[in-house]
Amino acid sequence: MTLRKSPIGRARGHGSAQEGTTQWWQQRLTAIALVPLSIWFVTSMVALTGAEQAQVAAWLASRRTAVMMTLLIVAGFYHLKLGLQVVIEDYVENQVMKLSVQVVVTFTCIALAFICIISVLKLAMGG
Amino acid sequence: MAKVPRPLSPHISVYRWQLTSVMSILHRISGVVLGGGALLLTWWLVAAVEGAEEFARVQAIIGSWFGRLVLLGFSLALFYHLCNGIRHLVWDLGYGFELNTVYRSGWTVVVATLALTLLSWLLGYAIRGG
Repeated sequence: MTLRKSPIGRARGHGSAQEGTTQWWQQRLTAIALVPLSIWFVTSMVALTGAEQAQVAAWLASRRTAVMMTLLIVAGFYHLKLGLQVVIEDYVENQVMKLSVQVVVTFTCIALAFICIISVLKLAMGG
Repeated sequence: MAKVPRPLSPHISVYRWQLTSVMSILHRISGVVLGGGALLLTWWLVAAVEGAEEFARVQAIIGSWFGRLVLLGFSLALFYHLCNGIRHLVWDLGYGFELNTVYRSGWTVVVATLALTLLSWLLGYAIRGG
C-alpha cells in the first residue's frame, strides 16, 4: 500500500518518520491491541504473585500463554518504540543526537523483544 | 550563521496547572516509565527460563520492600496509561471533546487508575498472603 502520490513524497519515502500517517496509525493499532493484552497481562501477573519457577514455566509453556505473551511483546515493544520516537522528536534538538538516540532506542526495543520472545518460545517448545 | 538567542515567553512558570495539561504530560511520563517496566518484564522472563535458583533470586528482589515500591510505581503507570489511552482512542474516534466531557472523562481515568491499582494489589496480597 502506498501513501505517497507525489514524486517528492515517494522520493522522501517517510515510512517510520514522524511525518506521515503511518506512524500515527500504527501507534493506534498497537494501542488497540494492547488494551485486551494488558488486561490479560495484569490478571495473569496478579494470579502468579509469589509463584515459583515451576509454576511460571508451566504457565508460559502452554500454547495459549505463549501466543498471548508473544503478541503482548510485539505490540508492546513496537508501541514503546513509536512512543519514544515522538518523545525524542519533541525534546532532542541536535540533529546528530536525535538520530543517534532514535537508532539506539529502535535497536534496543528490537533486541529486548527478541530476548523476550525467544525466552517464551524456549519454554513453550519444552526447552 | 550562529544561532542568536531570542527571548522566550514564560509558560510553565506562569500558566495555571489544569487537569487537561497535567493528564497529558502524565500520559507521556507513564509511557516512558512503562519502558522501564518492559525492561523488568524482560529480566523476569529470562529468569523464568534460566532456572529455579535464578528465578527465586529475581522474585526475592522484586518482593523486597524496594522492589514492591517500584512495582507499585509500574502498576500505577500501567493502569493510568491504559485508562487514559482508552480516553485518547475515544478522542481519535471523534467523541468526547466538549470541555465538561473532557473533565469528566479525565477524573474517571484518575479514579479508575487508583481503583484498579488498589484492587490488583489487594488481590495480589490475598493470593500471596503478604
